Amino acid sequence: MVGAGVVGAACAYYAARSGLVVAVVDSGPVAGGTTGAGEGNLLVSDKVPGPELDLALLSAALWRELAQVLPHAIEFEQKGGLVVAASPESLATLTATASGQLAAGVRATSVAADELGSLEPHLAPGLAGGFLYPQDAQVQPALAAAHLVRAARDAGASLHPGQAVTAVLTGPTGAVRGVRTGAGDLLAPVVVNATGVRGGELAALAGVELPVLPRRGFVLVTEPLPRLIRHKVYAAEYVADVSSASAALQTSPVVEGTQAGPVLIGASRERVGFDRTLSVPVVSRLATAAAALFPVLADARVLRTYHGFRPYLPDHLPAIGPDRRVPGLFHACGHEGAGIGLAPATAVLVTAAIRGEEPALDPEPFRPDRFDAASRTGHGS
Amino acid sequence: MPASSAEQPAARPERTELAVVGAGPAGLAAAVTAADGGLDVVLLDAADAPGGQYYRAPAPGLGATRPEALHHGWAEFAALVARLGRHRTAGRIRHLTGHHVWAVERSGADWTLHAVTGPDGRDGATTLDARRLLIATGSVERQLPFPGWTLPGVVGAAGAQAMLKSGLVLPGRRIVVAGSGPLLQAVAVSLARAGARVPALVEASGYGAYGRAPLVLAGNPGRLAEGARHGAALARHRIRPLTHRAVTAVHGTDRVEGVTVSRLDREWRPLPGTGRRIDCDVLAVGHGLVPQLDLAVGIGCATRCGADGSAALELDDGLRTTVPGVWAAGETGGIGGVRLALTEGELAARSVIADARGGPGTARAAALCRSRRRMRAFAELMGAVHRPGPGWTDWTAADTEVCRCEEVTTGAIRTAVAELGAGDSRTVKLLTRAGMGWCQGRTCGFAVRELAGCAADAGAPDRRPLACPVPLSVLARADRPEDA
Repeated sequence: MVGAGVVGAACAYYAARSGLVVAVVDSGPVAGGTTGAGEGNLLVSDKVPGPELDLALLSAALWRELAQVLPHAIEFEQKGGLVVAASPESLATLTATASGQLAAGVRATSVAADELGSLEPHLAPGLAGGFLYPQDAQVQPALAAAHLVRAARDAGASLHPGQAVTAVLTGPTGAVRGVRTGAGDLLAPVVVNATGVRGGELAALAGVELPVLPRRGFVLVTEPLPRLIRHKVYAAEYVADVSSASAALQTSPVVEGTQAGPVLIGASRERVGFDRTLSVPVVSRLATAAAALFPVLADARVLRTYHGFRPYLPDHLPAIGPDRRVPGLFHACGHEGAGIGLAPATAVLVTAAIRGEEPALDPEPFRPDRFDAASRTGHGS
Repeated sequence: MPASSAEQPAARPERTELAVVGAGPAGLAAAVTAADGGLDVVLLDAADAPGGQYYRAPAPGLGATRPEALHHGWAEFAALVARLGRHRTAGRIRHLTGHHVWAVERSGADWTLHAVTGPDGRDGATTLDARRLLIATGSVERQLPFPGWTLPGVVGAAGAQAMLKSGLVLPGRRIVVAGSGPLLQAVAVSLARAGARVPALVEASGYGAYGRAPLVLAGNPGRLAEGARHGAALARHRIRPLTHRAVTAVHGTDRVEGVTVSRLDREWRPLPGTGRRIDCDVLAVGHGLVPQLDLAVGIGCATRCGADGSAALELDDGLRTTVPGVWAAGETGGIGGVRLALTEGELAARSVIADARGGPGTARAAALCRSRRRMRAFAELMGAVHRPGPGWTDWTAADTEVCRCEEVTTGAIRTAVAELGAGDSRTVKLLTRAGMGWCQGRTCGFAVRELAGCAADAGAPDRRPLACPVPLSVLARADRPEDA
């Protein structure tokens, strides 16, 4: 298992508990990459009907099970998502999206404009209405990954942090036989690429292409505040931003309180490579949008801001399952901003694929070599 | 998308040739030198008066008649302030007091500085552009946790000194001064002069280690004289320095009543059975200073790990950072004291002038460069002598708070490392919340890093894209300076 972020951690957990002998290797510590920069969203509300929503629904159920077995420290909270629309046009779009989601098995209830205040007393007045999604939940992502790894170790997995993989080893038939790290070779007939935003680099070590690109996002963290915001609250436009393929900057407000007190404010999306410098225009827009949604936040002080790089694949679907180009190589990466939420379902699919068992849902849309085929037929980007 | 606002061109504010951030010794010397050289300068500082942490003047209402009594080199400072006053009158320096710069960003060939004003950042906001940037943001005190360090009556050594300089007040009557570094001697002498009893000056390192670098000492006779002066003053006040010792426990229920001082081995591990109680009502403790690098790191300036174990900016002989258009002076390049800061401030300004106006290097610049090298050698020696030994972590107990803001203990950090796979200070923070509170790890950063025990992490700078808390409403306006 290459990668000790939440996806690698979940894969290690399910694989080890299924009886496989698992080693987790990462160039850094547990949760040292995008996982540690995530907000911990376990959302079904922001996904339109299709394979990703199916994966999210399966994952939501798995997270509820995990919350029963992992320590409370992972801060699982099924707080529910509240999506709000500012204009009648926006509400019409949201209503259409919600009816499709309902048909796909999502639970959602319409919230009239005058009922929003009873759910979120501090919301700005004058909104057109919204939808409440009770299945939306949250975890503390770094702790969730760390406790998944710990539980995997309890089930026999070994952890090798601080060891960068420098080569994917293959045998005479071209099949995988392990990885090379700075500390030596780890031999295994199966290598899982759970390296998130570095997924393309590990694929390249195995001689195949996987077009994972970083899509940067900033989060603002306020001073600790009394519980002002009860749900995960975001603007209806967020769904469109998530599914946009544009490299240009998109911002739409996503606001939520945390158990520790600070309010988290997202979400921006832009493809600017691994640029680690603060973008004042981006954080400024996040602040503007959050204050418009919750005027009470205007006076709150922002203590810090951080960024993360979402592992983006061109069709917004993760790469999950065997890579037919290299026998023994499996992928579990490219989840963009949904990796925390989708980790358990991804792990269940990967484990079933490794074991040759019936998958819980159709894995075909997540086929890792789908971009390869597209480029051969000339439809790729 | 309606809520996804499009990129709007912001109206650019007025541009100056040089922005100096920080009006301590280095920034002050830099600003007046640059203005002497004909540059148009903006000097931004969080305080209401120039001088920084070192030259802290008593508040005007206190009617102090001899502020120089608490400072070495006050005449030089007074001369700089007089020059600053003349440049302000002539309009060559715009001195923005009470301005806390929260971020700097590149805009084309310029730098845009964003600042908030007022004690909690709520009074207002300023945005300005500058062609060149000089960072002189100084340092903050380094603290190491030990049982009882959060009890009322335990104060920072530098904090006690600052209290005395700005408020002319003593934190207590019987004060133990402890920690490591030359600052402690100055603090002990100041406190004793102001009327406090100082029953012990507890130094974790030894002064003998300086003797191992005779050439460096020979190049810095001023520092030797200073050491001798402090030694004489300590003797006059009957303060006996206790070296190779540390305060390993604080006693008292509601506030400090006494401390336990233990002997240390070479690695700063306390030797069992050597603890001795000393009664006091205040403990002033500090382990040297740490460069304040938030703005510099935010724009990508490279750092190095200093001999003291903390990150400092990587600078060339012209005090350029690794980012073109950005210079730095003073403690940001490594802790070195006031003389070095004054020298570097002037040298950095001369380097900026040469960049702006061209022309050959001057004899003055060459001389400053030579003094700087000598003083930097001493600073590295000082850093090495007082760098906390690895055994300091043995002072802490499992329930000792390391991060005071978030109440994270040594035990929680050790569990995150040993059982949850935290391998560096960032993941320790993610898994324990250490460093996520009000001070954003400025107090506990060094200690957390050492407890995380990651070699690759040692001496790496902390990242704080916001250099101070910023009201959300100010952030919201930051992209549209015309509204600010």
